Amino acid sequence: MAELYKRFGGGLSTILVALVGLWLIGMVLAPNIMMIDYALRPNLPPAQIGGPNDVYSLDNVLYLANEAVHRSIFFKTIWASALVAFVTFVLCYPLAFWLAQHATPGQTALALLALTIPFWINEVLRTLAWYILLAFRGPLNAVLLSIGIIDEPMRWYGNGGVLAGMVYAYILFMLFPIYNAIESLPKEQIEAGRDLGASTWRIHWRIVMPHAKAGIATGCVFTFMLAAGSYVAPALLGAPGSRWFTEIIYNWFFEGGDWNRGAAYALVLLVLCLFVVLVTLKLARVNLTDVAK
Amino acid sequence: MSATDRISRLLFGFYMVAFFVYLFLPLAVMGAATFNTSRFPTVIPWQGTTLKWFTELWNDRAMWQALWTSVVVAFFVVLVAVPIGTAAALILTSLHERARGFLYAVMVSPLLTPGVVVGISTLVLWRQLEVGGGIFLIVLAQASFIICYVMLMVTARLQRFDRTQEEAALGLGASKLMVFRRIMLPFLKPALIAGAFLAVLQSIENYNTTLFVRGFDTPLTVFIATKVRTGLTPAVNALALIMIAMTIIGAIAFEIARRRQAARAAHA
Repeated sequence: MAELYKRFGGGLSTILVALVGLWLIGMVLAPNIMMIDYALRPNLPPAQIGGPNDVYSLDNVLYLANEAVHRSIFFKTIWASALVAFVTFVLCYPLAFWLAQHATPGQTALALLALTIPFWINEVLRTLAWYILLAFRGPLNAVLLSIGIIDEPMRWYGNGGVLAGMVYAYILFMLFPIYNAIESLPKEQIEAGRDLGASTWRIHWRIVMPHAKAGIATGCVFTFMLAAGSYVAPALLGAPGSRWFTEIIYNWFFEGGDWNRGAAYALVLLVLCLFVVLVTLKLARVNLTDVAK
Repeated sequence: MSATDRISRLLFGFYMVAFFVYLFLPLAVMGAATFNTSRFPTVIPWQGTTLKWFTELWNDRAMWQALWTSVVVAFFVVLVAVPIGTAAALILTSLHERARGFLYAVMVSPLLTPGVVVGISTLVLWRQLEVGGGIFLIVLAQASFIICYVMLMVTARLQRFDRTQEEAALGLGASKLMVFRRIMLPFLKPALIAGAFLAVLQSIENYNTTLFVRGFDTPLTVFIATKVRTGLTPAVNALALIMIAMTIIGAIAFEIARRRQAARAAHA
């Protein structure tokens, strides 16, 4: 802090500190603390707030643990988000490897430009594109019917639709970190592996992937978190049977009218995401400083 | 070239084509459906080419209202996020190594928080103060994580700042405030413009956070998502097409500016 004041002088430093304090305390810390407070209190009619029943407890969190439907949706959201991350990884890895190791500079520039275009387009529109493509009377069914792969239109909305839409929406969060990581691998290492008789599979498993571990972990963490916290893809591409945890949270707020329980659910989601992020980064020995690049 | 090489080349070529088809086909279909007469947006069957959906969009008062809401929100988000993000970057780069690591982790934490949680926490805090959802809360909730992006961009530029410039100016008798205004701010200008641009984009495209704090206000993304559920016509595709075109133009302009600046930096 002393360095700051020495550098910018008293008045300016005070303004800088005040602005950042406003953000970190007023816009990040206080809302989260209030959310925890909400999560731990019961949902009471206004007259009873502050009364003898208004005590802290874990009831709202326990409600989630005991409510079978919500619990199963919660676990489904976790593994489905992990699946999204995994599928995205499998889809991106070959391209990332090719871009980083084999493509000419011209090809790389062109491919990166082509890849960035969908990335700039917002998530709602990307999801809308899939909504149209997968519609019951939509183009995909029409094409499949006309070439005779299916006999009657398929209902794509549901788990499959959500997976397709999410993988699509988050592909670049996976591709770029992996590409950056593989780019720094010297070509000689791959050649050495090949000269020593390693198979392609083994070269990737033992040389490229360990080298790109940090990038892979970053990509997976981001994809997982975005998928678990997504609302738009499951809302548009889902079916009644494929509800997402965020939709349950939304219902507590705007249909069930129980903000306390909604806050508790949101808190569980937050803790889960932070846990997954920190554990994955720890396992891959990635510093938080390197993540946000 | 051996047979296995040829097969693996073929497979890879197939994968590449499939990848880019996957990437662009949905957008192409969505764009093309705008020009189909069919009431449900699709490209098969093609019932005739038309521009009527643009007219319908143009005449949709709710759309203009939503656009206005998004523009107002984006304006205020820039107003909040750029100064605070810059202040955060300046503080961060003025600190010692250890304090910096901790503060950095705190400052990027909103990026690691799911979007719905950002919205919910803002909503419950302000209910205590009897402020309900609406433009004000949308701005606060969006800014709370968009500041991170500005902070990252400004920090990246500050790392190339030559501290001797400051010292020289101070040595020549400039006040600290003057150094900030005449040296630091001009140096940061490209990053501030880029940060503002990114903030606008992030704000206009946000949905997950906005949904929870919107109250009775309807920004564009919410408008589109609601339309999808209540009555999707190709007029929404027309809107999507326009937004995509604007984003691409913006992205290209951004890219060109960035490259020009990088080239200038390489020269200097």
